[in-house]
Amino acid sequence: MERIEILEMKDITKSFIGVKANQDVNLVIEKGDILGLLGENGAGKTTLMNVLYGLYHPDKGHIIVNGKPLYLRSPKDSMKAGIGMIHQHFMLVQKHTVLENIALGFDEAPFFFPQRYMRKQIEEYSQKFGLNVDPNKKIWELSAGEQQRVEILKTLIRNADLLIMDEPTSVLTPQEAEELFDILRKMINNGHSVILISHKLEEITSICNRVMVMRKGKVTGTALIKDVSKVDLARMMIGRELSGSLEKKEVKPGKPMLEVSNLSVNSDQGLPIVQNLGFNVLWGEIFGIAGVSGNGQREMVEAITGLRKSVTGSVSLEGKDITNLTARDIHNRGISHVPEERIKFGTVANLPFFENSVLKKHHKTPFSNRMLMNYPNIRDHAKNLVAKYNVDAASISVPVKNLSGGNIQKLILGREISSEPNLLIAAHPTYGLDVGAAEFIRKELINCRDRGGSVLLVSEDLEELFQVCDRIAVMFEGRIMGIVDPNNCNIDGIGLMMAGLEQQNQGENI
Amino acid sequence: MSFVIIPREKATPLLNFMILISSLCAGLLAVGIVFLLKGVNPFFAIHEIFRASFGSFFGFKETLTKAVPLILIGSGLALAYKAKFWNIGAESQLLVGAIFGTWIGLNWGPSLPGFIILPLMFAGGFIGGGLWGLLPAIFKIKFGINEVISTLMLNYIAAEFVKFLVVGPWKGKTKYGYPYTDDLPAQAVLQHMGNSRVSLVLIILAVCVALFLAFLVFRTRFGYEIRVIGENPEAARYAGINFFRTTLIMMFIGGGVAGLAGVGELSSIHLHLSYPETISAGYGFTAIIVAWLGRLHPGFTIFSGLFFAGIIVGGDAIQMSMGMPATTVNVFNGLILIFLIMGDFFINHKVRYQRRVS
Repeated sequence: MERIEILEMKDITKSFIGVKANQDVNLVIEKGDILGLLGENGAGKTTLMNVLYGLYHPDKGHIIVNGKPLYLRSPKDSMKAGIGMIHQHFMLVQKHTVLENIALGFDEAPFFFPQRYMRKQIEEYSQKFGLNVDPNKKIWELSAGEQQRVEILKTLIRNADLLIMDEPTSVLTPQEAEELFDILRKMINNGHSVILISHKLEEITSICNRVMVMRKGKVTGTALIKDVSKVDLARMMIGRELSGSLEKKEVKPGKPMLEVSNLSVNSDQGLPIVQNLGFNVLWGEIFGIAGVSGNGQREMVEAITGLRKSVTGSVSLEGKDITNLTARDIHNRGISHVPEERIKFGTVANLPFFENSVLKKHHKTPFSNRMLMNYPNIRDHAKNLVAKYNVDAASISVPVKNLSGGNIQKLILGREISSEPNLLIAAHPTYGLDVGAAEFIRKELINCRDRGGSVLLVSEDLEELFQVCDRIAVMFEGRIMGIVDPNNCNIDGIGLMMAGLEQQNQGENI
Repeated sequence: MSFVIIPREKATPLLNFMILISSLCAGLLAVGIVFLLKGVNPFFAIHEIFRASFGSFFGFKETLTKAVPLILIGSGLALAYKAKFWNIGAESQLLVGAIFGTWIGLNWGPSLPGFIILPLMFAGGFIGGGLWGLLPAIFKIKFGINEVISTLMLNYIAAEFVKFLVVGPWKGKTKYGYPYTDDLPAQAVLQHMGNSRVSLVLIILAVCVALFLAFLVFRTRFGYEIRVIGENPEAARYAGINFFRTTLIMMFIGGGVAGLAGVGELSSIHLHLSYPETISAGYGFTAIIVAWLGRLHPGFTIFSGLFFAGIIVGGDAIQMSMGMPATTVNVFNGLILIFLIMGDFFINHKVRYQRRVS
């Protein structure tokens, strides 16, 4: 089979219901390249790669390999053409062995003694690329790094020339990442090429030879690594004109409302994901947490709101320790929470609007006494929410699943704010909303602060953070890289911190 | 040309009802085909089933008798299924309730008047069934054991235990070696209405339990929390709902009402504990369909329970009059359940016929 010498993607455009995920994107990769694909979440990197892998059909544009057009109907076609993809979350059967996983869907093995054939293949490729795995082990016995090697073996044995890796180091320890880079180097020496999706500048500059930066579905720059500085890359990734902040009352920040110190939290996989984190949120301020998602923000918020146990450290509200209390206790003490996945956590899709309007405070008067729900009061409350927060719902009896994302978010925000919390924790509250709904929600956040409460706003959207926040901390790999004043700071610095560089006065800074 | 399936946004009550009726009709049609294969005129057979159960005074009395345990268990199952806890073990919860009831009736019955001993037996049966129902809930939450497996297996354990009791330590002295316990004393027996096996007390009890459970599910804080847990466990966690406690209470109640059914069968019909197949004619399993046909609304199980009781009685009748095998009723029930579940698909989805565009 002919090997991939040069692959081009030309004018790729792909939209999902109204949103242009990719717009006239061009990409070129040659044999021996490691191309870094850099961008924030939602920049369109994964969409582009799914087009290349045959999962999505582009609305416009085409793919050319060695000068000949390539039509992909499904991943089967792309595999045949020598393109392999390794997803961020591995596609392996946990209870099967390495050998069985590699053999799965592989139809070149002979009918008799296929195991012997597969074993030989695995040994051969393992040696060639330094991919050490025991073919007899079960997947669940392996570390994340080893599982990744199985995935790489799987694609290599299927003759992949071009390997797409989606955030490959996000699940790895630093040593495992080093080992991965060694493997990648061996691969390009053998004439393979790699596309590495990442948001970590350090990683891109150390392993890639070329880089392409995307933002909001468009390419904002391509360059050879040796020709660009990290500051350039950060600017390409973030670089936007920031509009001024929204109108806010002068509120003099007071004593600390929320104090977080030395907080460490583990991820679902049991790996440390938040490490010795510390910051304070003051009375009457909006404290922003910037950073690419997946850097421990979710786990941090869950630890503060009682949904996840912290490993070490303490959280206190108005000087009282609330570390590892239950979610209900913490809510009762005056912390409201707008969760990041509004449909998965914040609402119950099949229950009607009015029942959702009291979720989390259904146990309090006037919505219920010890035993009975007070549905007349609940309906009144729901009607108030609809009126006050302009929720567009046919009636308060419709199931929440019939509402649009913006209206669900208004419901959640209204529900959480209406209990007049001391501290409102909002995670990505405007993610995926249209401009009008987003602005409405930002104004509500400011109202909450102007009333004298505090807000902890976790967001990926720098523009939003600059519009509403009084102080912004940047989070990377579970730590605070620095805290800045949005009225007086340079955006490149934030970009670098988001990508894991240049630590400014870590931790406390008041 | 092809069919496309799109999620349905909203199902009106009328649509719900129409789909329910169509599912039942489709189920009956499938049953009809089975009859046809047996060489029996399906219209005649189905007519016979309903004539025997609802068309005659005698048959209707039998239908009422059998509806009682189905309504009791079915409403408890509807409660559990609202929380997406797939309790398949109502059969054993019924049996354990009957065991507790028997012990209380035999030991305390002779010395206490009826208006004390009967409530005591039912209370004991409720606690027995409830405790048996707690086991799978604890297994699920503390050890992550799938409740379908554990409730199903507990059925066998309870059934074997009943067998052990009736051939072993509890074997009745007055029963000439038959595997029965002694009969309950007269004051521990429920009176029947006239010349029938219908106990008015039990009918009132079943209807009250079903209505109470409906109230519990739709009007109380506990019911709200159950529905949130069932619909979205993540949101329940977010809302600070105590998973463990709520599930335990839910299964205690669900198992408890099955236990009530056990005591009801015991004190109204059998009057002694005997082999498990005799105590319960598979009510714990039929009640799964009852709960489903009642759209998991405990109140609606009053009607669906009556309907399935009718099918059981009618099935018995055609077994005798038309020589159909005893398993006919099982085929009937199974087919109806399958079509009911398939009907759910159409509540959540629309199917459109579409010309393919190239």
